Amino acid sequence: MSAGVDRVAAAFTRAREENRAALVGYLTGFDPDRAGSLERIFAACEGGLDVLELGVPFSDPTADGPTIQAAMTRALASGASVAGALALAAEIRRRFELPIVLFSYANPLISYGPERLSRETAEAGADALLVVDLPPEHAEVLRGPASARGLGWVGLVAPTTTPNRRARVLGASSGFVYAVSLTGVTGAPLNPGDPALHAGLATLRSASSLPIVVGFGVRKAEDVRALAGHADGVVVGSALVEAGQRGPAALGELVKTLRAGTLRA
Amino acid sequence: MTAAPHSEDDNPLRGPPELLGEFGEFGGRYVAETLMPAVEELAREWPKAWADYAFVDEYRAILRDYVGRPTPLTEARRLPAAIGGGRIFLKREDLNHTGAHKINNCIGQVLLARRLGKTRIIAETGAGQHGVATATACAYFGMPCTVYMGAEDVSRQALNVVRMRLLGAEVRPVTSGSATLKDAINAALRDWVASVADTHYVIGSVMGPDPYPLMVRELQRVIGDEARAQILDRIGRLPDAAVACVGGGSNAMGLFAAFVPDKEVRLFGVEATGEGLQGRHAATMAKGRIGVFHGMRSLVLQTDDGQLLEAHSISAGLDYPGIGPEHAHLHATGRARYLGISDREALAATELLARTEGIIPALETAHAIAALPQVIAELGPEAVVIVNVSGRGDKDMHTVMTHLDPATLALIAEAERERKAARAAHHGATGSHPGEEALIVDGHELRADGKEGA
Repeated sequence: MSAGVDRVAAAFTRAREENRAALVGYLTGFDPDRAGSLERIFAACEGGLDVLELGVPFSDPTADGPTIQAAMTRALASGASVAGALALAAEIRRRFELPIVLFSYANPLISYGPERLSRETAEAGADALLVVDLPPEHAEVLRGPASARGLGWVGLVAPTTTPNRRARVLGASSGFVYAVSLTGVTGAPLNPGDPALHAGLATLRSASSLPIVVGFGVRKAEDVRALAGHADGVVVGSALVEAGQRGPAALGELVKTLRAGTLRA
Repeated sequence: MTAAPHSEDDNPLRGPPELLGEFGEFGGRYVAETLMPAVEELAREWPKAWADYAFVDEYRAILRDYVGRPTPLTEARRLPAAIGGGRIFLKREDLNHTGAHKINNCIGQVLLARRLGKTRIIAETGAGQHGVATATACAYFGMPCTVYMGAEDVSRQALNVVRMRLLGAEVRPVTSGSATLKDAINAALRDWVASVADTHYVIGSVMGPDPYPLMVRELQRVIGDEARAQILDRIGRLPDAAVACVGGGSNAMGLFAAFVPDKEVRLFGVEATGEGLQGRHAATMAKGRIGVFHGMRSLVLQTDDGQLLEAHSISAGLDYPGIGPEHAHLHATGRARYLGISDREALAATELLARTEGIIPALETAHAIAALPQVIAELGPEAVVIVNVSGRGDKDMHTVMTHLDPATLALIAEAERERKAARAAHHGATGSHPGEEALIVDGHELRADGKEGA
């Protein structure tokens, strides 16, 4: 049984063999509380996620829009911590085989201790780290210890990223690369049919052999469908968090619908 | 090629450029990838602008003709007797247009934004001083301006909201998180992530991702450059110490910048210990731990789990859970020392400076004044000290009134009673005349308890 960056790779390979994009879903650990977030994450996994992005809450999430900000605030109010999020990851791993990516910000993860974080992430059965405010210039503090444990490091490429920077991000990435679909925060309005977006994804595709996932502003099955042919995976975050507020069942239903959109024509 | 007006090569604190604007182990560019190209552009273009005579001349001309620089260096006449001696020189940033040092930075950054072809300005503000200064600079240059302000601060600092709107700025209240300064910065960063193509973010202190800490220090160093020349002219030698309050730390960095190479000049930063270090405070140096926050690696007030703590100070300008990375570096290397002053001590110092020198300082500034007895006790009664009067106190009168002076309130209440009595007697003689019952000051109805009436 593979783990870490290999488990991530296997999930994308499987999706490609099924002629579809991988469905990557984001949910915040401890939102609305520990048990409630587990119920929701289980429902989403059962609904058909290929990859789970598990949000480790931070008090000041500057790259996130209002939906995920509010989710992180709720989570912290219910006692979220880095250790708590790692324990959640371990519980998810006991029931599901999908890759788990820890999504967070630099401060809580570095504060936890890079070595300790990497060791306990691997022990919990999570597979990669995605840290929004650690550009490649500063990433080594976490990326080094994480790579040594076989964990993936997901770099981000934005519409504003220059070719020089793109090479630097790709050089630091493993597992997959995250293409930010729009110039803005998570959950902002997106036109998934924008030719400039598709061209950007094609450029990225030609520059890297890693799986490329596209995210920010993807809400509906038709958004997923519009992007499934242009990337190896599609990320849905804010829309899942909102559905989760209506309960695990509503969330599970949305994931099923989104999953249907991943099939390529 | 002519020499640069301020050469970075002369600055012992500035590491090589490939170090991402790091001051020792502090600083850096910890921002989302979307912002990295904009931050890189600033880091590339700012030194060019600062080395360009045309740019620097325009900046200096505006500081002279519009802001009112140079500001005086006033020797305190009666203060020393009250604080154990010393020769105290007050650097009068309170006499700048808009009443504080903030405008030095705003003029420079909006000039830079114009040079970079940006057409819109955003800023954060806590108490409103940086917001007012940015709105002023935008009015001067005819640029649209949006200011993010915590909803808590919008209600606490309503007067500055009116000032900003009068100056043509849009004020957006921020309700997320603690709805104070740090959340206003978060909201401004989110705006900038989406608007970076045409928008410049005017950060108000020596904080944030590189090159902001460096750039804001350079735009504020006019304070120290002037003060250094003024003291040499006045007494023929350098001071023994330079003292300034520290929130993010821009007025202090502006003063210190000129004296850092002068090893004989002691540097004292003064942070806010609020209600005391066991209670709510903003004492980042005393209680902070290294962290990554608002784009920089610095000292940060945080939980063991890396979540930010809310800061507290009676002075909204010092009410911030981080500190500029260069201060963290000066602290770590021992080049500067950082003292703590409580809310109560700052209020007392406000009154002290008002009564001994006829200068009502901002509550931020009052922290620096309050630290002077300790500095004099340490350096001796012959010591020459420059203290930065970073801003004037008009904005704080409401806070001062509610906290400081029951005697003033009693006086107002008594005047009100007498007026009512006189009016009643008058009405008794002439018939009823409904109307004002309470004393109106500044558009606010005052009650004897110091709270505003409906």
